[in-house]
Amino acid sequence: MIYLDNSATTKPCKQAVEGFLKACEDFGNPSSLHKLGLNAEQLVENARENIANSLGCKSEEIYFTSCATESSNTAIFGTAQKLGKRKKRFVTTTIEHPATARAMDLLEEKGFEVVRIAPYEKGEISYRDILDAVDENTAMVSMMLVNNETGYILPVQKTFEKIKKRFPDVLTHCDAVQGYMKMPVNVNRLCCDFLSVSGHKIHAFKGVGALYIKKGLHIPPFIVGGGQENGQRSGTESVPLIYSMGLAVQYLNNSINQRFEYINGLKSALVEKLSNLDFVHINSGVGEDFLPYVVSFAVEKIKSEVLLHYLESKEIYVSSGSACSKGKKSGVLSEFKIPDKLADSTIRISFCSENIIEDVEKLVQEIINANNTLAKLK
Amino acid sequence: MNKIILCKYGEIALKGLNKKNFEILLEKNVKRRLKKYDCKYSRAQSTLYIEPTNPDEVDEIVERVSKVFGIAKIAKAAAFDKDFDTLCHDAIEYLSDELEDVRSFKVQAKRADKQYPLKSPEIACELGGRILEKFPHLTVDVKNPQLVVNVEIREKHAFVHGGKIDGAGGIPVGSSGNSMLLLSGGIDSPVAGVMMAKRGVVISAIHFEAPPYTSERARLKVEKLASLMTEYCGDIKFFCVPFTKLQELLRDNCPEELFTIIMRRLMLEIAQRICKKEGICSLITGESIGQVASQTMYACVCTDAVCNIPVFRPVIGMDKSEIVEISRKINTFETSIEPYEDCCTVFTPKHPKTKPILEEVEKAQAGFDFEPFIEEAVEQTQIKIIRRKD
Repeated sequence: MIYLDNSATTKPCKQAVEGFLKACEDFGNPSSLHKLGLNAEQLVENARENIANSLGCKSEEIYFTSCATESSNTAIFGTAQKLGKRKKRFVTTTIEHPATARAMDLLEEKGFEVVRIAPYEKGEISYRDILDAVDENTAMVSMMLVNNETGYILPVQKTFEKIKKRFPDVLTHCDAVQGYMKMPVNVNRLCCDFLSVSGHKIHAFKGVGALYIKKGLHIPPFIVGGGQENGQRSGTESVPLIYSMGLAVQYLNNSINQRFEYINGLKSALVEKLSNLDFVHINSGVGEDFLPYVVSFAVEKIKSEVLLHYLESKEIYVSSGSACSKGKKSGVLSEFKIPDKLADSTIRISFCSENIIEDVEKLVQEIINANNTLAKLK
Repeated sequence: MNKIILCKYGEIALKGLNKKNFEILLEKNVKRRLKKYDCKYSRAQSTLYIEPTNPDEVDEIVERVSKVFGIAKIAKAAAFDKDFDTLCHDAIEYLSDELEDVRSFKVQAKRADKQYPLKSPEIACELGGRILEKFPHLTVDVKNPQLVVNVEIREKHAFVHGGKIDGAGGIPVGSSGNSMLLLSGGIDSPVAGVMMAKRGVVISAIHFEAPPYTSERARLKVEKLASLMTEYCGDIKFFCVPFTKLQELLRDNCPEELFTIIMRRLMLEIAQRICKKEGICSLITGESIGQVASQTMYACVCTDAVCNIPVFRPVIGMDKSEIVEISRKINTFETSIEPYEDCCTVFTPKHPKTKPILEEVEKAQAGFDFEPFIEEAVEQTQIKIIRRKD
């Protein structure tokens, strides 16, 4: 099996699996006063420290959630609730993940003003455009760190830095899901007040995410109840999922640059081989604006779903558009000015460090075979 | 007092000498549907009586029975002693909750036992009077009552109920032979299948899959549709035909504007060969005339030409909205609209011929020898039984 869909989800690493089992032994409720409860609480705190350490923040600034979608929703809706009476404007981009995009749509329906900045011809978002859209009346700016469909790295640091200088009161949220553990992510350097990450994209489990909230900022909780997570997110903590996410972070955090270089090699090889095929159009750019982990390309005249199933039959797993939307048409690709015809034929491959150069070679070979055998669109 | 469910036959009641066969079949179908419940069954006067041992299960049983074809009306009733005074007393007590909740009512009586001392209007009058005495807030309204109290005097008991609900109608599945439904995954074919089951037909289903042009999810969707249909049709024998090869050959060897029509001819050809092997005597499709380019009268002429068994198209004269209405009723709509590619949509030509001429189609198809590949598809067809969930 060749798994090239790591932006959809990743295989849990050994550390995460072992941590899960350990946490199943220490099965107490972290809120219980007895020893079992304390043990469980310590596992959660251990994870909090690991994640805080990786993001360059304090552990009390990390809140565990059920997924990155919940993290983003908490940050966006919490901000709207807190500042909505005075500040009505939200600024974001047109290429966000639905966790942000749909939350913004909902705010718009409720009477907020949402400004969505679109990328230029080559797909780049200009920090100036975002800066220009921010005013005194702006509650929040929300940007993703890396686009999940193309691997494009947004200028979050530069944008947030400028915004914080010009309008220190505007809150900043970064959806860092696709960049976390793949490139250095530091909340202070990024100048963000909120940052969302997910467990299952970093070789931990589905069902856990985290939200960074800058110390001193108070937003209303999204889920209320027993007051866990400092009252910010009630509900008994999923100790096994949280603990294993912490272990995955601990394991991956030291090798970010090393893996980056390795994956860069895979991407270069893939792009080079694909460039030789005249029926392939590469959507992702090369160079430092693009994270090497994701490569988006179109095989002309073959529907992406058909190619996906063809590759599946060869035990190669890739994605068409973004896997979250289960085959729905990608609005993001058209924002990147990719013509409809190519968007319909676009597949996304996303690496992890377990992939090897032979995987790339096999993929390219099967794409050539597919082009020779599959029926074409007219 | 015993709770009892009265299932009144639809048109079975009108059958002549073979009425008995229909009745036996219906009872068998109902029993099979209710096998997890402990019930007593009896038949009399065009009604099937179901008496559950556990009265709490009545609503679940009615829900199930309402999907069994052959039953026109269902009533949840209580069986009482026929002595009139006792009957009145018990009936009022039985219905007291409902009577308290309404302001107007009427009593409707029916006397199947003609030996009974009171005639129907007298029963209605007398019982109505006693209800009024007990519940002075009520008024009698014969035109528009909030509650109708039904009394039926039958052979052994008197039955009292607060109204009938509609059954599924039709005639019992198994009374009209068997047929093979071409199940695509769209809205129309499940409706067509259930409509034929309503006329007593035992349904098998055939689906054409073309990986990698269609996905596993698409096939699972079709199996889910078949599974939903079993609520009405009973177990369905499901045939899944590998169709990729034929579609690719078709594309490489026939004129584009005739793809769809020849594809349908190939599908019907394969379906009828499997029918022959399985002893199935007809085909069913979900075509509605003029709905899409391949469902014109001319197209039907061309597809039917390959068939030597009847092809039934029960939704042929229906509008999409009417078909959708039925698909919502039989609960297949939400599944039908799930967005996976099915066999029909991947190879769609840009401009399909809406008025194909049979000779032309036959000539185009004859340009390539599909026969060995048709036989191969038949050979490689996978069969599974989709069972009704219990």
